Amino acid sequence: MQIIKRRKWFYALSLIIIIPGLISLFLQGLNLGIDFTGGSITHIKLPSQVTTAEVREVLEKQGLEKAEVQKSGDEFYLRTSELTQEETDELMAALKEEFSEVVFMSAESVGATIGGELTRNAILAISIAAVLMLIYISFRFEWTFGIASIVSILHNVLVVLGAFSLFQWEVNSAFIAAILTVIGYSINDTIVIFDRVRENMRGTRKQDYEDLVNRSVAQTLTRSVNTVLTSIFPLVALLILGGSTIKLFVLAMLIGFVVGCYSSICIASSTWYEIKTSRAAA
Amino acid sequence: MQRNTSIAIIAAIVVVIGIISYFVYQPLLNNINLGLDLRGGLRVVLEAEELEGEKVTQDTIEKALGILRTRVDALGVKETVLYPQGDKRVVIEIAGEDDPEAAVNILKNTAQLQFMDEEGNVVLTGKNLVDAQAQMKRDGSNEAEIALEFDKEGTELFAKATSENVGKPIIIVLDGQPISAPTVREPITNGQAVITGNFTAKEAQDLAVLLRSGALPVSLKVMEKRSIGPTLGADSLDKSLKAGLVGLIAILVFMIGYYRLPGLIADLSLVIYTMLVLGTMAILDAVLTLPGIAGFALSIGMAVDANVIIYERIKEELRWGKTLVAAIEAGFKRAFTAIFDANITTLITAAVLMYFGTGPIKGFAVTLSIGIVASLLVALTFTRYMLVLFANITKNEKAYGI
Repeated sequence: MQIIKRRKWFYALSLIIIIPGLISLFLQGLNLGIDFTGGSITHIKLPSQVTTAEVREVLEKQGLEKAEVQKSGDEFYLRTSELTQEETDELMAALKEEFSEVVFMSAESVGATIGGELTRNAILAISIAAVLMLIYISFRFEWTFGIASIVSILHNVLVVLGAFSLFQWEVNSAFIAAILTVIGYSINDTIVIFDRVRENMRGTRKQDYEDLVNRSVAQTLTRSVNTVLTSIFPLVALLILGGSTIKLFVLAMLIGFVVGCYSSICIASSTWYEIKTSRAAA
Repeated sequence: MQRNTSIAIIAAIVVVIGIISYFVYQPLLNNINLGLDLRGGLRVVLEAEELEGEKVTQDTIEKALGILRTRVDALGVKETVLYPQGDKRVVIEIAGEDDPEAAVNILKNTAQLQFMDEEGNVVLTGKNLVDAQAQMKRDGSNEAEIALEFDKEGTELFAKATSENVGKPIIIVLDGQPISAPTVREPITNGQAVITGNFTAKEAQDLAVLLRSGALPVSLKVMEKRSIGPTLGADSLDKSLKAGLVGLIAILVFMIGYYRLPGLIADLSLVIYTMLVLGTMAILDAVLTLPGIAGFALSIGMAVDANVIIYERIKEELRWGKTLVAAIEAGFKRAFTAIFDANITTLITAAVLMYFGTGPIKGFAVTLSIGIVASLLVALTFTRYMLVLFANITKNEKAYGI
C-alpha cells in the first residue's frame, strides 16, 4: 500500500469532489425543508393520472398561490405556508371534491421559531460531538490522531452537504441525525486504522512513519472494506425498498459511509502523517 | 474439551437459538412500542404563553401537564402520551384516535372560568369550583347545560355578587369569551350555579371535564404539528421491515461466503444480537420510529464489524504461524481495543443525538445506542465462546477462509 506516496493525488481527488459542493453551498445553499423554515407539508395520494398543474389549480382556489407541488408516482407533496387545522381540513375537502380519490398520508406544520432552534441545536450538537470525540481520542491515543480524525470528519460532512446542495435534495431534521451518524461511523472507521498505527508505532523511529502508516492501512484494509460493505447492504435495501419518506435520510448516510471509508483510508492517515512529520521536522 | 462434547454443545446451542427465536420473535415485535410515524397519529408541540400574573416556569409546565393528564383520562382519549420539552413546551402525542385533531383542540383549552359583573369586575373564578357536571336542560330542548358547585369561599363570593347585582346580568366568561349572561333574579346562597349556552350534550360534557380538572396556569399555542395517516404509517413499517430483512440476509450470506465457519458464528451472533436489541427495547419501553429502524439496520452493520475486526485479526495471527486456539485468543485480545474505542466514539455521537434530538430522532439514537452496547456484549461473550468450541472440532484452517 503506497498511501503516503500517493497522498497528493488523494488530496486532489477530495478537492475535486468538495469544491463544486462548496461553490454550490455558497451560491444556492441547501434546500431547507419546513423543519428549518417553518410552513406546512401535506402529503397525499391521488389517482396517478392527476398532474401537478391540476393540483396547483385547487391550491390556488384555496388562496395558496405560493404552494409548491411535488409528485412522486401517485404521491403528492404540497408545501405551503403554515396552515391551521381548519385550513388543512378545507384543503383536503377541496381536493376530495376535485379528485374524489384522496388518501391522506400525512400533514406537518412547523412554526418558524422551531426552525431557528433546530438550526442552532444542529450546529451545537455537531460541535459538541466533535469536541467530545477530540477529547476522547486525545485521551486514548494522542492529540495528533484527534486532529487527523476531525479533518477526516469535516471532509465527509462537506461531501454530504455539498451533494445535498448540488442536487438540491431537501434537508430536514432527520438529515442532522444522518450527518451525526456519518460522523460517528467515519470516526469508527478511522479509529480502527489508528488503533493499528498506535500498536505498530511502538519502537518506530520518526523517519519510518511513511512505512508505518502504509503498513497499518494495509493490515486493516480488508476490514475497512468489508465493514463498509456490510453496513451499506441494509442501507441500499432501504433505499430501494423503503418508503419515500426515508429515502433522503438513507441516501445521506449511504454517501457519508462510502466517503467515510475512503477518507479514513486515504485522508485521515495521510493527515496524521503530515502532522507527525511536520512536527518532527520542526 | 472433547471433540464430541464440543459438537454436542454447538448443536444444542444452535437448536436452542432456533427454538427461542422462532417462538420469541413475534411476541417481541408485538411488545415494542411503535412510533407515530409507523402507526399513524398526531404529535403536537405546544408552547406555553404567560397568562396575567403567572410566569412560565418549570413548575407551571409541570402543573399544566398534571391538569392535561387528568383531562386525557377524564375525556377518555386513548393512547396519549404527554411530556415536557425544554422548559416552556408540552408535547402531546395521540395514536389510534379517530380524530386526534379534535382531541387536541379540546385538551389545550385553558378553561379559565370567570364570573364578571356588568362593569367587567371579576367576582369569582373557576378556582373556587368543587364540581361541574353536564346535564340536559329541563325545558325539554335538546340542549345541555353545566351545573356548577362552589367551595365555601366561592359560595360566599357568589352570594355577595348575586345580592349586589339583583336585576343585573352576571357575565360568565370562558378563556376571555363571554358564553352566557344570565340576569340575577334573587341572591344565590347555596353555592350552585348553572351555565347555559347553546351546548350540545358532548360539548357540555367536555367543558364540564375541563372545568373539573381546573384551568391551565398558562395558555398553550401550537408550535409544531405532525399528523401521520394510518396508510403512510403501515406502509412505512411494512416497507422498512422488508428492506431490513433483505439487508440482513445480504449480510448473513456475505459473512458465510467470505469468512466461512467464523462467518456462520457471526450469523448466529447476529440472531442473538437481534433478539437482545428487540428484547431490550421491549423492556425499556423504548419507541421504535422510522429512523429507529434505520438505526437498527445500521447497528447490525456495526455488530458485524466487531466480528470482522476479530476475524481479520485471527487470520493475521494464523498467518504468523500461531496455532488456531492461540490465534483466537490473541485475535480477541488485540481486536478488543479497536472495537472498544470505535464503539465508544460512536456511542458519544448517539448520546449527543439523544440529548438534542426530539421524537423520531431520539428514537434513532436510542436504538443505535442499545445496538452498540448489545453488539459489544455479544461479540465479547458468545462469539468468543463459539469460536473456541469450533476450534475443538476442526483445526482445518481452510474453514477459516485462509
